Amino acid sequence: MKYMHWTRRGLFLAAAGAVALISGLSERATAQTPPGVLIVGQVAEPKSLDPAAVTAVNDFRILVNVYEGLTRYKSGTLEVEPALATGWDISEDGTEYTFTLRDGISFHDGTPFNAEAVKFNFDRMLDKNHPYHDTGPFPLSFFFGAVEATEVVDDMTVKFTLNAPYAPFLSNLAYPTGLIVSPAAVEAHRMDYGRNPVGTGPFRFAEWRANEAVVIERNDAYWGEAAGTQAVVFRPITDSNTRVAEMLAGGIDLMVEVPPTSLGQFSGEGFSIVEQAGPHVWFLILNAKEGPFADKRVRQAANYAINKEAIVNDVLEGTASVAAGPTPPAFAWAYNEELEPYPYDPEKAMALIAEAGADGAELTFYVTEGGSGMLDPVPMGTAIQADLQAVGFEVKIETYEWNTFLGEVNPGLEGKADMAEMAWMTNDPDTLPYLALRSEAWPEKGGFNSGYYANAKVDELLEAARTATDQDERARLYREMQAVVQEDAPWVFVANWKQNAVTSDRVENFGLEPSFLLHLQGVTKN
Amino acid sequence: MGGYILKRLVSAVPVLFGITVIVFLIMSLIPGDPATAILGSYATPENVEKLNRDLGLDKPMVQRYFIWLGNMLTGDFGRSFSLNRPVIDVVLERFNATMILAGTSFVLCSILGILAGVVSATRQYGLADKAITFVVLIGISVPSFFLGMMLILLFAVNLRWLPVSGMYAIYGGGDLPDLIRHLIMPALALAAVATGVIARLSRSAMLEVLRQDYVRTARANGVSERRVIMGHALRVAMVSIFPVLGIQAGFVLSGAVYVEIVFQWPGVGRMLVDAILTRDLLLVQGGVVFVAACYVLFNIAVDVAQCLLDPRIKT
Repeated sequence: MKYMHWTRRGLFLAAAGAVALISGLSERATAQTPPGVLIVGQVAEPKSLDPAAVTAVNDFRILVNVYEGLTRYKSGTLEVEPALATGWDISEDGTEYTFTLRDGISFHDGTPFNAEAVKFNFDRMLDKNHPYHDTGPFPLSFFFGAVEATEVVDDMTVKFTLNAPYAPFLSNLAYPTGLIVSPAAVEAHRMDYGRNPVGTGPFRFAEWRANEAVVIERNDAYWGEAAGTQAVVFRPITDSNTRVAEMLAGGIDLMVEVPPTSLGQFSGEGFSIVEQAGPHVWFLILNAKEGPFADKRVRQAANYAINKEAIVNDVLEGTASVAAGPTPPAFAWAYNEELEPYPYDPEKAMALIAEAGADGAELTFYVTEGGSGMLDPVPMGTAIQADLQAVGFEVKIETYEWNTFLGEVNPGLEGKADMAEMAWMTNDPDTLPYLALRSEAWPEKGGFNSGYYANAKVDELLEAARTATDQDERARLYREMQAVVQEDAPWVFVANWKQNAVTSDRVENFGLEPSFLLHLQGVTKN
Repeated sequence: MGGYILKRLVSAVPVLFGITVIVFLIMSLIPGDPATAILGSYATPENVEKLNRDLGLDKPMVQRYFIWLGNMLTGDFGRSFSLNRPVIDVVLERFNATMILAGTSFVLCSILGILAGVVSATRQYGLADKAITFVVLIGISVPSFFLGMMLILLFAVNLRWLPVSGMYAIYGGGDLPDLIRHLIMPALALAAVATGVIARLSRSAMLEVLRQDYVRTARANGVSERRVIMGHALRVAMVSIFPVLGIQAGFVLSGAVYVEIVFQWPGVGRMLVDAILTRDLLLVQGGVVFVAACYVLFNIAVDVAQCLLDPRIKT
């Protein structure tokens, strides 16, 4: 009996203790995040804060607030405007770019921004013999692969010489890989520079608590308009359900990449949802070299047979819009407004298939489990399979983990599959078609044209657009290319993703950019 | 005893060696390479080849294995490709967080499990026994990540008593109460299954012992019930409970992966998952070898403790 008394009393004490502990401890858990400090829920821990060394959008979101490039995207567009450079001259033949730099700017460490600093940045990335080339690797350095030499003309003028005319150069400079780092900081920290970043941007790096948070603080000496918040904290929260829970509980003020199925939870008071279409396209690569898709009519039939509206609205819950062609509408200046998406028309698809004699053809379809920009690839793949079965194909899905998938798809589909899912996000209308639609970009030639599409007209248009330095001329060439490609249907054009974010009602002036970058300079928080 | 410990430590060497071979082979043979993972959309054969060269992955596999092993023997675990930091720094930093979580869970499940088992056994088929059995079965059956999400919804989102995720508050945190507040839910979610298993086992071990003659003799001699149970019976039952604790420690450590993901706990499990997805070879290899070594050492410690507890076990 004694023992029983002991346990009962013990249990009671333990329970009372636990209640006291939880209620005492929870006092501060409900406290809101401090005003003037914006807490952002990110999808992953950044790899590094060295702009030359990273490739992920997740890391770019932090970088663009700490650093600036010579050029940047004009707010709300993908057009280039001056940033650290005030202007530039392009030589007649399009191979020499001379930039005039903005005067009187210092890096956060107090060292001056000048032509030497610009030269240091590009030489570090591109010149194998540069003393700081070993602070890499620099996986995206080929963005500037056309740069043959970077010269200091005078303290505030720098000249790039290209090995051939390359029109996307200006927008590549606006891409995060072109952000300018402080040479003195690279020299001081060498391999650890990525964790001790120094730029010229509206925020300066303050602290990186591994796996918990990256903190940046307002740069009071900023040359432009000062940032609206005192500090921004980027918290990596990998699991999307946990990210949603943090947002609902008030632990973060802003979250990016809200899962489509969770958007409904934020439709009420206290939150606002922001959406912005970006330079993203989700498509199916069709194997145009062999099998049923070697016939253009069957490729068009696939475009008619798939109900893209249903995929976009039901599978993706409205977080994407239907794609019309190979170039996303976010590239407003180069987008062909006249293109209409292939309508959903199974009758027409069946007629085309009958005409081509491809009834009942068996198709092997590569689907990935996930991956950058791939949205919800498995349910999307299943919906596509059902639509294609409905017009008489036999579709066999093979599913792969993302890196394995790339290993299968990038070397080409020949002998393996008839179609594969794919998605791209780019910074210039040149990138994707140039790398994935030219006949010179077949896998064996080092490109991403895994479906072996070839059209001499498209090749010609893309080469011409790359070397034209006049933007209107480039735009005209890209529009023509889009019309030809849409008609040829080397891909099934499925969706353009709209990036989304949710903010609490304490956050003001927040907007997303078509570049998918996250500029937080103007944001305020009460 | 010293000889026994030494013998066990020496026998661990081939085990660890085997682990290095297996983890290296797996990471070398799985499809997809780090360069492709890093480059993503831009993984042209040309770019991949160049980056592989920069990362030192162009050498033959056997050569790479021995370079890695040789470096590791001198304490150099290499640099993580994706984080660009020394592997050992990353692993130690993360392991610390995992130990706090798994350690707390382990203590929780040991105490709660044994306590529940003892109470159950002493009241076999009574109301307390049935109630405990019911709760324990639920604990065993509910996956830890699901339990974790439900805890978050109830205590963090609806009641707002506890923070959703992380290890410390972003602002004004960093002290012990702050850590405990962040630790409560993940530790409970992680301990649930192991508590159930230990409770079931302790119950049957106790029942076995309580039927022994010496227990009856002790009771007949008028020894208090509390002393009979805690002093006489439990001490003996511990001999069969102890090895299970060792096994459960392993489960808690591996189960930490799920809980770390749900609660965004900055531990080694989540690190390994991320590293595998980005094909961060050296980080995966170094991390697995480190965790495996800790597990092997822990098991040796359990065996040694077992010896001390039960002198009949030959050393």
